Amino acid sequence: MNAKFFTLSDEKPMPPKGENRMDAIKINNLTKYYGKVCGIDNVALTVSKGEFFGFIGPNGAGKSTTIRTLLGLIRPTSGSASVFDMDIINDKEKILALVGYLPSEALFYPGMRVRELIKFSADLRKKNCQAAAARLCERLQLDTSRKVEDLSFGNRKKAAIICALQHEPDLLILDEPTSGLDPLMQKEFFDILRERNKAGATIFLSSHILSEIQQNCSRAAIIREGRIIACDSVEALSKTNAKRVNIQGTVDLGHLCGVRDLQKSDMGMNFLYSGDMNTLLSTLSTGDIQDLSIAEPDLEEIFLHYYEDGGAK
Amino acid sequence: MTIVKHELKQGLVSFAIWTASITLLMMVCVFLFPEIKGEMDTMGDIFASMGSFTAAFGMDRLNFGTLVGFYAIECGNVIGLGGAFFASLIGISSLSKEEKGRTAEFLLTHPVSRTHIISEKLISVLLQIIVMNVVILAFSLGSMAAIGEAIPWKEVLLLHLAYFLLQVELASICFGFSAFLRRGSIGVGLGIAAMMYFLNLIANMTESMEFLKFITPFGYCDGADIVDSGKLDMTLIAIGILFTFAGIFTAFSKYRRKDIQ
Repeated sequence: MNAKFFTLSDEKPMPPKGENRMDAIKINNLTKYYGKVCGIDNVALTVSKGEFFGFIGPNGAGKSTTIRTLLGLIRPTSGSASVFDMDIINDKEKILALVGYLPSEALFYPGMRVRELIKFSADLRKKNCQAAAARLCERLQLDTSRKVEDLSFGNRKKAAIICALQHEPDLLILDEPTSGLDPLMQKEFFDILRERNKAGATIFLSSHILSEIQQNCSRAAIIREGRIIACDSVEALSKTNAKRVNIQGTVDLGHLCGVRDLQKSDMGMNFLYSGDMNTLLSTLSTGDIQDLSIAEPDLEEIFLHYYEDGGAK
Repeated sequence: MTIVKHELKQGLVSFAIWTASITLLMMVCVFLFPEIKGEMDTMGDIFASMGSFTAAFGMDRLNFGTLVGFYAIECGNVIGLGGAFFASLIGISSLSKEEKGRTAEFLLTHPVSRTHIISEKLISVLLQIIVMNVVILAFSLGSMAAIGEAIPWKEVLLLHLAYFLLQVELASICFGFSAFLRRGSIGVGLGIAAMMYFLNLIANMTESMEFLKFITPFGYCDGADIVDSGKLDMTLIAIGILFTFAGIFTAFSKYRRKDIQ
């Protein structure tokens, strides 16, 4: 897992450099209440142009609310946001012309064929995207002569992907894009995303699948109960002071402070450690250890750490 | 006009079934007339002695033995009810179906303003009503010619005009409601249409309830009034047009700011 992470990290697009770069997304203290229920609370976030940005959080944390506000589907209770320096309320149509959106749950009009749906989407954008659509259909292996209501969940997702990508948008907003896609298709899909990103498109990927974020994104934000609790580069997010310690052999950890997520097996044990290193080493030296590894925890573990601690950091 | 085209395509089957059904019933009614005319001597007394029901359908003032009298009552009920139900149905589902079918997220994330979407949806509703009425009128006139009766042009055209305005009014009122609804829209639409129809029956039966005619669009569609006076009641129609615009205005002001689920 970690090895894979490090090899892939070299290929990851770097965050754009330069001072006067326009922000693709800028969210200022955005708050949305559904009646008395809080959707998001004071969310502030900036995504630079050309970034591959991850947006992490479990179901119901406010990911979709944030996205739907950006797209003008719902109006914020307070706060503001802009996309490519355009206001999300006043310049909504101009923004939507530059955005491709992939909803988490892709549902379409009954009775339409896939090809009609793709054409309808292009017509609404007043664009001719036939060539791009045909290329995408071939790469994703989608039969365009079928009726949308006969499609499986995964194939509906493919149709939605084509509608979101065919006009070659400058900003792609993806809400849990891979659910329903088989692993081969997921790979193809992320290949396409990386190509688009290299060509200059900004990608905003909302997901609760951390490996997706870790393998593709340069920066990420973590949202919890409507609040952003962390926002940094994926590497920095992974680099907390906690380490994953893996031991083969026996040792009495005794009163060692900072041990979490302790898992024991016949062969040994492993745990997350965030205490003093010297204390750890001296404790370990008292035991009978055949093998030892101390590594950075992966994002999955960081994520749990953020959630278990209630985001207090 | 992308959305108009899309809407018409989506509604084509339902439109075809409603139009065909109403047209067919109208034709059957007209083709029944020669037989009714022959039996009118005996039936006249029966129709005249049904008490308030006679008044409810205007049969106390219209002569069932003439084509225009028969047409105003029988066909008036067919196109009145059928047209009202269809108009309410397409009006009420026009906006609400996007959220009900969860397609709003797809449609509204394209670079098209909500004002634009509402306008095109409204146009498609009106277009369906117009085409439906033209088809019904054409086949009704054809049937009258086929049974060899002289066509009472003025009365027939006035009746059809009144029913057309009624459908536009009901569709617009329902269109206004449609902006608020997410589920259960069809029931609301049919309910509004049925309520308006019965309000008119009550207004016809009870004098103290005559004010109801100012509320229901069926008030200006009364066959007996139209045939009697040879014109439409412009006061009632003006009120109807007010309701129409109120419905459309409501739809725009609500849907433009609505949080979409």
